[in-house]
Amino acid sequence: MTSASATISPTESIVKHKRKKPGPSAWLVFTISIVVVLAWLFPLWMAIVNAFKTPEDFLQSGPLSLPKSMDLSSISKFWTDVDYTRKLLNSITVSFFVALIGVTLSFLSAYAIGIGKVRGRFAILAIFMVAFTIPQEAMIYPMYSMAKQFNLYDNLWSVIIIFSVIQSAFGTYMLSAVLADFPAEIVEAAHIDGAGSFRTMWNVVLPIVRPTMTVLATFFFIWTWNEFLIPLVLLPSNDNQTVALAMAVTTGQYTSDPTTRAAAALVGLLPSLGFFLIFQRTLMRGVTLGAIK
Amino acid sequence: MAKNRNAPASRKLQTRESSRATYYWYLVPGLFAFAAVIGASYVRNVYLSLTKWNGLGKPKFIGFTNYQELIHDPTFWKSFIHAFEFIGAMALIPTALGLLFGAVIFDYISPKFGNASSSFMRVGLFVPQIIPITVSGILWVWLLEPNSGVINNFLESVGLPNLTQNWLGDSRLALLSVSIMLIWIQIGYTVVIFVSGMARIDPALHEAAQLDGATWLQRFRIITVNQLRPEISVVLLTTTVAALKVFAPVYVMTQGGPGDSTVVPSFFSYFHFFTTQKVGYGAAIATVLSVILSVLAIVLLRMQNREEA
Repeated sequence: MTSASATISPTESIVKHKRKKPGPSAWLVFTISIVVVLAWLFPLWMAIVNAFKTPEDFLQSGPLSLPKSMDLSSISKFWTDVDYTRKLLNSITVSFFVALIGVTLSFLSAYAIGIGKVRGRFAILAIFMVAFTIPQEAMIYPMYSMAKQFNLYDNLWSVIIIFSVIQSAFGTYMLSAVLADFPAEIVEAAHIDGAGSFRTMWNVVLPIVRPTMTVLATFFFIWTWNEFLIPLVLLPSNDNQTVALAMAVTTGQYTSDPTTRAAAALVGLLPSLGFFLIFQRTLMRGVTLGAIK
Repeated sequence: MAKNRNAPASRKLQTRESSRATYYWYLVPGLFAFAAVIGASYVRNVYLSLTKWNGLGKPKFIGFTNYQELIHDPTFWKSFIHAFEFIGAMALIPTALGLLFGAVIFDYISPKFGNASSSFMRVGLFVPQIIPITVSGILWVWLLEPNSGVINNFLESVGLPNLTQNWLGDSRLALLSVSIMLIWIQIGYTVVIFVSGMARIDPALHEAAQLDGATWLQRFRIITVNQLRPEISVVLLTTTVAALKVFAPVYVMTQGGPGDSTVVPSFFSYFHFFTTQKVGYGAAIATVLSVILSVLAIVLLRMQNREEA
């Protein structure tokens, strides 16, 4: 985007030469800010606290108090009732293959556009860019008919194929910009050494841009993990649901009591929280990159 | 690829010529997949919007009848009014608050309290961004529950029982309640982008203004907001696009209700596709939405090009 390289550049340099003892007004601002941030985290805190309560404990003391004992029954009940392990595996399968196929497609197209500088590249990029603002509703019914026609309805592969293509529109756009800045001398040198375009791609370009592609794959994985409409339409049966989908459609059936609903929310956000903790820097740095989406 | 074996004479020029041609092959998988999945679906949807079809048998071509019907459908207009209200919740308010929080974090917290505090704040505000929207949805439905819910319990415990509401069940409040969740989600995005933009601003500007006796608020208004123009325009446009597309929060939290008080275009088209089986009508709604969004995207593209130039 406008300043992709300056994203979340840490503020150390300024910190060092400006840091003074905070006065009372600064402490006031600090306190207010902390209160705001804690308010932001409060919903998550509530989900955690109540997921560990027994239903009786909840009835007696309401949602705001701490649990009297750490009770895992709500969580394990929800987990087995919705067969959460299955949903996790489905989500992992879909997100993994989308990341893999999506990045491969993006890279091949971006190679032609960024390194090959093929004619018509600007038109292609413009089409891709407009394409990722198309709402999925404006494609969903034909996708639904098509999936039925190809016997891929209620099959994870329909969702994998569709998201690989959707994500690759964005990926091509982004990787093309990266590859357009790729040093021409390196490509030239490879050609002079007799490498064809495929060997140049495989042995020269790919190893250099691999880190960028890993970042892109991480994003595809997480974006796909969070997708809702297309799985909702194409994956009707319980056995094929993804995590995000199961949260929306099955939870109601199994979560009559408030503690199980807190458990559902907690269990649903844990994987994402996990990715976030692992990939925090990448994710936050990539926010501006994702801004186009 | 096979054509790439050139005669050694005038090798460089030829390599360039022929490799240019071979590069087209790398576009085949991406373009084919794009045309088959996105292109074909989109074109087919536009065609369906000109037909009457219940999903079985053959669609019947009826020209622009669906669009004429749309113009006279009060729910259609309502859905767009709601979408525009969501622009407030997802674009305008998060942009304003994001600028304010971002500046506080960048100007106060980071220099005076160190990086640990400032990254804690950024991460804390950002966390709602990474949670799947459906999970946020069920979490907030649970928080907003009229009897056992956290929000009403909290209001009672701090002595404000008059403020307790049937947040999602009251048609006057449902849209507001969904908006609160959307604001909760969006702030992290705007704060992170704006803080990174602030790192780009030349600190000399602030220092000079400070020497001239400008207050923090004056510097915020005149320097920070002005310098962040590119970020602000990108954020406003992308979040506006997202607001117009909103589907999952409405599906999970209200199903468009009570009545049609939270219907949005995407939910309205989904409803006609799969509930009333008026496929052509649903396709027409989706087409109108997509045209609006594409126009916005073109504006976005133009603005970016202008900045790069």
